[in-house]
Amino acid sequence: MGVELTTTRLEDAAKWAKQSKLDRATNWGRKFSLFTYPFVTACCGMEFMSVAGPKYDLARFGAEFPRFSPRQSDLLMIVGTITEKQGPALKRVYDQMTEPKWVIAFGVCASTGGFYQNYHAMPGADQVIPVDVYIPGCPPRPEQVLDAMIMLMDRIQAGRGHSQLRDKREQIIAAREAEASVDE
Amino acid sequence: MSQKVLDALKASHASAIERTESEHGDEIAWVKRDQLLAVATWLRDDPAMAFDSPVFCTAIDRLDWRPLGVPPSQHFKDENLRFEVCYQLRSSRHRYRVRLKVTVPEHDPRCPSLASLWPAFDWQERETFDMYGIRFEGHPDLRRIFLYEEFVGYPLRKDYPKEKRQPLVRRDDLPIASKTPTSERTEIAAGDSGDEETP
Repeated sequence: MGVELTTTRLEDAAKWAKQSKLDRATNWGRKFSLFTYPFVTACCGMEFMSVAGPKYDLARFGAEFPRFSPRQSDLLMIVGTITEKQGPALKRVYDQMTEPKWVIAFGVCASTGGFYQNYHAMPGADQVIPVDVYIPGCPPRPEQVLDAMIMLMDRIQAGRGHSQLRDKREQIIAAREAEASVDE
Repeated sequence: MSQKVLDALKASHASAIERTESEHGDEIAWVKRDQLLAVATWLRDDPAMAFDSPVFCTAIDRLDWRPLGVPPSQHFKDENLRFEVCYQLRSSRHRYRVRLKVTVPEHDPRCPSLASLWPAFDWQERETFDMYGIRFEGHPDLRRIFLYEEFVGYPLRKDYPKEKRQPLVRRDDLPIASKTPTSERTEIAAGDSGDEETP
C-alpha cells in the first residue's frame, strides 16, 4: 500500500505533510488566529487565567479571544481533571468544534489523570479525544503554557495537528478510490 | 460535654441503646437498627433535647479492620457488623452534640432513613448509598447522586478494586493492546515466557 492509512506515526505524517503553497499560507494564517475554548474543570483554571491575563498575555500569539461556544473555536484547552462522567460532554464539545481543530491538555490531570488514579478520574483526556500538546505540571507555569502554544503553532504550520492529518488521510483515501474507479 | 444526652437516652430508650462511648469529646450512642427512627424522632421533638441541626451522615466500612489493643481472635467475632452508619446531630438551643451509630451487616445493608425528620439528610443519604451501597428505607428518592447510572458497584467499599475504571466513552482508534485487560495481558506474557523456556 505504500502509505499506511491507519496510523498517526510521525514518519507517516511526514509523507503526508508535503504542502502546497496554498496549504502553507493557510496554515500560517491558522496558527496566528487560534480561537480558544477553555474547558475549565478544576484549579488549573487559575493558571489559565494568569496566562490569558495581561502579564503573560496569550494574545501575543493570536489566541486572543476565548470563545465560550465550541462552534466558534478551533483550539480546545482542557484545563483540569476530567472525570469519567464528563467524558461524553468533552467528546460532544470536541465534535461540535469547527474543523480543523487542535487540543491542548493543560496540566497532569488532563494529560494522564495525575494523582487521581481511582474510580472516578479519567486517565488522561486522550482516552476520549485526540490531544496535540500535553503540558505537565500541577499546575503548569505560565511559561510552560506559552512553550506549548509555540509548539502547537509549529505543528499547525507543519500540518501535523491530529485533525489536519485526518483531513489529509481522508484526501488520500478519496484520491485512491477515484484512481481505482478510473482504472475499472 | 454532652454526657447529659447519653444519660437521657439511656434513661428513656434503654432497650434501643446498645452502648455509649465518648471519644475525643464526641458522644457516641450505638442504636439498634430497628429503633433508630424512634430514637431520632425523640431527640428532635423532646424539648429538653431539641436536636434541630443535622451535621452529616456517612458510613464506615470495617472490612479487614484491625483495632489496636484487641486480640486478633476477637476481630471477626461477628462478621455481620461490616458497616457503621453515622449520624451526627446538633442541638443549637442546648448546644448538645451527639453521634448516632448503627451497625449494618454486609448481607443485608439496610438502614432506616432520617430524611423525613431532617430533610438535609436527603442528599447525604443518597451519597452514602452511592459510595457504600447502604439502602435507606423510607428515603423519598434513593438513587446515585455523584456517579452515573451505568456505574456498577460501590467505590468506597474496601473491596472495590482501586484501579477499576468504568468508562462511559472511549476513543475507538486507540491501540488494541491498551484495550486488553491487565489480567489477560499478564497471562499472555506468562504463556510466551513459558514457551521460550521449553527447548
